[in-house]
Amino acid sequence: MAEAARPTFRPAHTGFTDTIATVVVWLIAIIVTGVFVWLLSDIIWHGIGQVSWRFLTEAPRNAGRAGGIGPIIVSTLLILAVCIAVAMPLGVGTAVLLAEFTSSDNLFGRLVRRSLDVLAGVPSIVFGLFGNAFFCVYLGMGFSILSGGLTLACMTLPILIRSTEEGFRAVPDEYRLGAAALGMSRTSSLIHLLLPAAAPGLLVGMVLGMGRSIAETAALIFTSGYVDRMPQSLHDSGRSLSIHIFDLSMNVAGGDANAYASALVLIVILLIVNSVASWTSDRWLHKRIIS
Amino acid sequence: MSRSRSDIFLIWALRCCAAIAGAIVLLIGAFLVIESMPALQHVGITRFFTDASWHPSADASQGTFNLAPMLWGTLLAMSGSVLLATPLGIGSAVFCHYYAPSSIAKFYRRLIELLAGIPSVVYGFWGLVVLVPLIRQLQPPGPSLLAGIIILTIMILPTVALMADAALTNVPAQYLRGAAALGLSRWGTIRGVVFPAAKSGIITGVILQTGRAIGETMAILMVCGNVVQTPSRIFDPIRTLTANIALEMAYAGGDHRSALFVSGLILLALIVVLVSAAEVHSKGRIYG
Repeated sequence: MAEAARPTFRPAHTGFTDTIATVVVWLIAIIVTGVFVWLLSDIIWHGIGQVSWRFLTEAPRNAGRAGGIGPIIVSTLLILAVCIAVAMPLGVGTAVLLAEFTSSDNLFGRLVRRSLDVLAGVPSIVFGLFGNAFFCVYLGMGFSILSGGLTLACMTLPILIRSTEEGFRAVPDEYRLGAAALGMSRTSSLIHLLLPAAAPGLLVGMVLGMGRSIAETAALIFTSGYVDRMPQSLHDSGRSLSIHIFDLSMNVAGGDANAYASALVLIVILLIVNSVASWTSDRWLHKRIIS
Repeated sequence: MSRSRSDIFLIWALRCCAAIAGAIVLLIGAFLVIESMPALQHVGITRFFTDASWHPSADASQGTFNLAPMLWGTLLAMSGSVLLATPLGIGSAVFCHYYAPSSIAKFYRRLIELLAGIPSVVYGFWGLVVLVPLIRQLQPPGPSLLAGIIILTIMILPTVALMADAALTNVPAQYLRGAAALGLSRWGTIRGVVFPAAKSGIITGVILQTGRAIGETMAILMVCGNVVQTPSRIFDPIRTLTANIALEMAYAGGDHRSALFVSGLILLALIVVLVSAAEVHSKGRIYG
């Protein structure tokens, strides 16, 4: 987020409402910080003792009360890989069309945008219902990593497209004019010029989409399933990390310790993913401002 | 400029991508309608609101299918959390922009961004092991509408704050200078100049977060107790539409399964209304 110009306030006199407002705003900030520090420290405090290399690599035993989360991490990564492999080409293609080849009043472009806005708001459990009905039952994939990944791909498309589109819009028009003046075809100017220039936006979109996928639970329960064994192929059911936390805390008595540890692992992964996204977009904006 | 063959191919490939991406939402709608058809035919719309209770069975004539308590649960949890998160979120953004020294503002922003990325299942887990026992001490049974409202508030607050923050950033600097030149106090500037200028962006953010509060499943399932009833007090356990789907989908069959798709359809309809409201409000440019 950009820092806006901060005005200096030198009012003639400060009224009573002003004092109240200052107190209230500071209080809000303190409460919000307090709640979140409480939440994070609780999870770190209870989780840090359990996390070790063995925890990360071992298979869960006794319904997850003992053992580690090895197969669950593998399943999570496989679901993520399917999701990105499908969403990436589709998303980039749509973003290129919207940003480069359609004017803002084009009907088709407007319809696609409108439908993506709705898609971005669809609750994850509805994606779960749809994924179950379409991928698992209608296409006959059953509860599998493939169904889960495809469902997540539908879910991450809007965020991926929006961010990639921003990337293309940030490329200065001189690039396109220069390419046209040199007689480059639209295809080669896209591949050699625009795509590399817009790559950071693409990366940010991909990373944000990954973050949303890793965090997802409701869309996966009825698509990728609950099985906590090591998956043998993409057609096997696989339990993601977030489902593991859900299952341990809701259905397994005495699973809290490992649930804390899994939650800590999940938060750390997301922290890394989100820092990459914000670091990339910050650096990229910074570079653009300087050049 | 003449178009090369590769250009024509490219454009059609891109159009296909966009058509697929745009069609997904239609596909979702279509599948929800197809799957909910049996229930709509065998049970009928009125029975979803007039039946004695929610005791679904695979055969429509044997079960009762009253979705109304769950709809109430969803709406109550949503309105409570939006009412709480909106002032807190806007307050946070105002704090960052006009009250905090810049080092604290920077830290606070990082914190909020970090929180926006924490998954709902973690919030739900924390609610289950920390918040619910606290509420139980205050007033048994513990898992309740109140717990749901608090967890939802914590979950949507960061995004409300980030969108309000973006709206405040877009307030033109000359407005603020003008206010300063008039000798307006800090709060006077915020109330009289900043809020009117940033109103549109803030309202769009709140509408979109309302959608998120409606759709949230896991966290609310973990802290609300999931008893099918219309709550009379804030300490009563509730079940929301989303939690109902997540709980029963695993074993539902026949008309019962179909009834769950009906509740999915209701959720989708609520979201379409909210997104359209946001689009109308922001004149078609929701995301800046």
